[in-house]
Amino acid sequence: MTRLVVVGNGMAGSRLVNEVRARDKDMKVTVFGAEDWQPYNRVLLSNVVAGTMLPDQVRLLDPSWYADHGVTAMPGVAVTAIDREAQAVVTADGGREPYDVLVLATGSEAVVPPVPGAERAVTFRTLDDCQAILEAAATARGAVVVGGGLLGIEAARGLAGRGLPVTLLHLAGHLMERQLDAEAGLVLQETLTELGVRIRTGVVVEEIEEHGVRLAGGETVDGDLVVLACGVRPVTALARDAGLEVARGIVVDAEMRTDDPSIFAIGECAEHEGMVYGLVAPAWEQAAVVADLVTGADKTARYRGSRLVTRLKAKSVELAAMGETHVDEDADRSTEVVRFSHRARGTYRKLVIRDGRLVGAILLGETAAVGTLTQLFDRGAPVPGDRAGLLFPGLSGTPVADSPVRMPDAAKVCQCNNVTKGQIRACWESGARDVEAVAAATRATTGCGGCRDAVEGIVGWLCEQEGVSA
Amino acid sequence: MKPLESTIGRMPLSLPVAAPVKAPVATHCPYCALQCGMNVAAGADAGTGTVAITPRQDIPANAGGLCQKGWTAGELLTGGARLTTPLLHGEPVGWDEALDFVADRIRALQAEHGPDGVAVFGGGGLTNEKAYLLGKFARVALRTSQIDYNGRFCMSSAAAASNRAFGMDRGLPFPITDLAAADAVLLAGGNMAETMPPFVRHLTAMRDRGGRLIVIDPRLTATARLADLHLQPTPGTDLALALGLLHLVVAEGRVDEDYVAARTNGFAAVATSVAAWWPERVERITGVPVAQMRLAVEILADASRAAILTGRGAEQHAKGTDTVTAFINLALALGLPGRPGSGYGCVTGQGNGQGGREHGQKADQLPGYRKIDDPAARAHVARVWGIDPDEIPGPGRSAYELLDALGTAGGPRALLLFGSNPVVSAPRSGHVTERLKGLDLLVVSDLVMSETAALADVVLPTTQWAEEEGTMTNLEGRVLLRRRAVAAPEGVRSDLEVLRGLAVRLAGPDADGSRGAAGFPTDPREVFEELRRASAGGTADYAGITYERIAAETGVFWPCPAEDHPGTPRPFLDGFATPDGRARFVPVEHRPPGEDVDADYPLYLTTGRVLAHYQSGAQTRRIAALNAVVSETFVEIHPDLAERLEVSPGQRLRVVSRRGETEGAARVNPAIRADTVFMPFHWIGANVLTNPELDPVSRMPEFKVCAVRVERVG
Repeated sequence: MTRLVVVGNGMAGSRLVNEVRARDKDMKVTVFGAEDWQPYNRVLLSNVVAGTMLPDQVRLLDPSWYADHGVTAMPGVAVTAIDREAQAVVTADGGREPYDVLVLATGSEAVVPPVPGAERAVTFRTLDDCQAILEAAATARGAVVVGGGLLGIEAARGLAGRGLPVTLLHLAGHLMERQLDAEAGLVLQETLTELGVRIRTGVVVEEIEEHGVRLAGGETVDGDLVVLACGVRPVTALARDAGLEVARGIVVDAEMRTDDPSIFAIGECAEHEGMVYGLVAPAWEQAAVVADLVTGADKTARYRGSRLVTRLKAKSVELAAMGETHVDEDADRSTEVVRFSHRARGTYRKLVIRDGRLVGAILLGETAAVGTLTQLFDRGAPVPGDRAGLLFPGLSGTPVADSPVRMPDAAKVCQCNNVTKGQIRACWESGARDVEAVAAATRATTGCGGCRDAVEGIVGWLCEQEGVSA
Repeated sequence: MKPLESTIGRMPLSLPVAAPVKAPVATHCPYCALQCGMNVAAGADAGTGTVAITPRQDIPANAGGLCQKGWTAGELLTGGARLTTPLLHGEPVGWDEALDFVADRIRALQAEHGPDGVAVFGGGGLTNEKAYLLGKFARVALRTSQIDYNGRFCMSSAAAASNRAFGMDRGLPFPITDLAAADAVLLAGGNMAETMPPFVRHLTAMRDRGGRLIVIDPRLTATARLADLHLQPTPGTDLALALGLLHLVVAEGRVDEDYVAARTNGFAAVATSVAAWWPERVERITGVPVAQMRLAVEILADASRAAILTGRGAEQHAKGTDTVTAFINLALALGLPGRPGSGYGCVTGQGNGQGGREHGQKADQLPGYRKIDDPAARAHVARVWGIDPDEIPGPGRSAYELLDALGTAGGPRALLLFGSNPVVSAPRSGHVTERLKGLDLLVVSDLVMSETAALADVVLPTTQWAEEEGTMTNLEGRVLLRRRAVAAPEGVRSDLEVLRGLAVRLAGPDADGSRGAAGFPTDPREVFEELRRASAGGTADYAGITYERIAAETGVFWPCPAEDHPGTPRPFLDGFATPDGRARFVPVEHRPPGEDVDADYPLYLTTGRVLAHYQSGAQTRRIAALNAVVSETFVEIHPDLAERLEVSPGQRLRVVSRRGETEGAARVNPAIRADTVFMPFHWIGANVLTNPELDPVSRMPEFKVCAVRVERVG
């Protein structure tokens, strides 16, 4: 019987275990997790900071799941080495667990910038971090969030929502510079400012002091809670020490296999075709591929890379960004950019289209189009000729029913009984002067009853016309 | 019990009635599960002359309304398309000759292939009496396990989900009039403005009071246009959407904790499972913006009375049972089922879709909604039938599996079909047609020469709604009385007479005993009396219902175990029909449709109905006024897709799936998603394309989504 060992019980590792069990009830599965918690949904940690969810509610598997499914879980047990020769992992307490197939799902860790006082700050990465942030927030008079990427913004928004004065510091010239162009960054900044987040861009943090952050140039930003959201790096030490090929992440092929055929890597620790993905969707796709392969459910399963869609999860801030958003139309004449900007309303929409396909988009503010755009982007489907309809879904919608007065005679007024305005007019001409009389003659209004106002309107208008012409 | 008053007002209406007529008879519409009350007044020369129809004011479901189908239903009685003589291989024959032939062939085929060599297929439009006697005929006269019915294609997913959550499947476990008093209604995959227009009066009344309507549909249907919020998901993703909505209910602290603790089991596992369905993930799968999901949850959670309803759009999938379960989980988390004025309900489709699924024409079921593999149920029913419990066969094949097995090695060699038209209505209908042609004997009982009857060795002309008596159970679980208003044409017999005629012939020497004449009454009342006894003590208990009570009370809600019992309009108020009285949360997971789009078949096809037609169209396509509205199938296509394919309105299109191809005229309409085309299924066509992959629990085929490509013809 195949022995599967999984190192890492986060979103990728727990998903893999789940997917394997769904395909194979018997395989011996052991999973190690560095954290004491049951696997939880990292995507929802912003909700925990914002206070809309309790730590208990972001669990991915119930505690009883492992026993119910015959999986050996070792929470809080760190794996310190891989003995590739003997095909076993070695744990911090000196234990050894043999494997036939090993999957590394070690994830990533928060980057802590090398500035003095960094140890006074809290990173924002794990459920433990959330607990620490919440504890500090309970007594803090102000907070400083360092890093204006996705996580930093979500943390800042969440803390501001708790009524805490928050300052967000960002090194680059505008927020979320990897996903957004400068104008979108600016519109986002204005939206967040209105929600009570003070924002400083283009600033360099020199030191984290006891009651604030000192910037280059000597200025101090006050705040007794400092949250670091300066990005993450893949956790690769275990793989590197074992001699596996590691670039930025653990290098894998289309089967998510490392250069040791019995070892796979998935999730944020893995590097596939030069890409290290920091989002959940790719990790889960990778988990499904590995589950297919190791159980034999589908030996042809391959991972082909993922298209990235970033959705900010912050109350009252609607933001979606996908694909290529930094495109210089002058430099790249084959690319079409469609843009609508209305800063006063916090709205910014941008489409990047190449060869009739959507290759990038930003939607900020009203996001009614987000579903359509995401699916066009995901599927690489051709975009319609009317680009404006994509940015403004209402425009291509069905026109609102015109006033009964201006309807043509052929227009159907009563769908349920197939009665046109012309028939109602004819009925009126033969003497019907109210809805009941029209209903008796034509059956209009007798089905769902929804056209009653329209029939009333037509009859009233005809009567009025009569009065005018008389 | 006093009849329930309409909460939505009566229609100020007095329509002219064609004279001369006999006194009008109060009965119900022949079509859908709303079973609108109508008065039918026959002309003096009944059967051939005029028939005048007016809406009844005393039936809450329609509250005085009728749609065009109802108004014109009289044409069914007077039109020229009616079959009036049995046909044997296409030639008119007498009844004895026809029934002798059928009985002889059944005997010969069963001698060769065993009892299961003969199968029976019923319909959700049959009265309770017919459905009951058909199930009995299969088990007692034919001794075959091979019986199922077209309701498998309708409500089976919702039925399975309700049974596992509540221990009972009664479409709406509350009177329809409760909807008018709700603050919010979520409708997943239903288009009542076209399928049962007077239903909309209840929704309109709700909205007039300030209540809000949410509609989930891949199309901006006539019903979705009435909604305060329309969620327009990718076909086949309703399950993900329901999981996303429940995720938000949990994430935003809107779970009704007291209700969940007091009245349900299993919430923790469901709460954990939906943690993986955060809204942004669901948005990417469904195409429904997160903001719209949040708004939907807010509307539902803010309502003090709310209902969640599902229709075929959510149910007719290979994961239909789980999709309905996800919506039930949502309803339970919000504390709706079993609360006055709130709840979850399935909007049943076929005229007697509710009653038809209760009394034993389903492969795994015995009367009273009993399970055929339950020894106590078998003993009870065998006692009523006067046979040994061991003589009742076990469960048979489900509808599509049955049709798929016809004429194959090990499959039935003969099929007796009542009230159904699978050549039009079955999934992968081209294949099903081939299977029907592969039979040694096909017998069809119908009013008109349907597409399936046209293939039959023997066609038996049967009576219809206003020519017969019987009971129908509407979408509320209210048992109604269908009354005779006109005489049937000469030469036509009721299905009850057909069943007795065959049973007597098959019973041989025992022709007068329980397997023969005595066991197969032809008077519907007599059959109903037996049905009452057979259903007594079952889930769908009709023991206390009589024709007289139905007439006096304008309908009686089951369960009604005794004549002095008032009936049960809201069965879950005090507890659910589970062993511990608690509703069960069941964790479910989304998965993609059985067939997703790809390079060769890049578009989704979804199917549905138009207002002017009912089901396979066998009736409505023969009514001039309805045919004038829509006379042939069409392909609804979004302007963006039309532009890409260079299709102009009216252009003839060929729609191709892995199972076949069909044609229709283009209707260019922004009401549909640009990645989806829609076809109505009232003609041979749409179902040539549909995917017969089955739901593992309900055995429902995946009618509502498959992959197609669209080409211009010429």
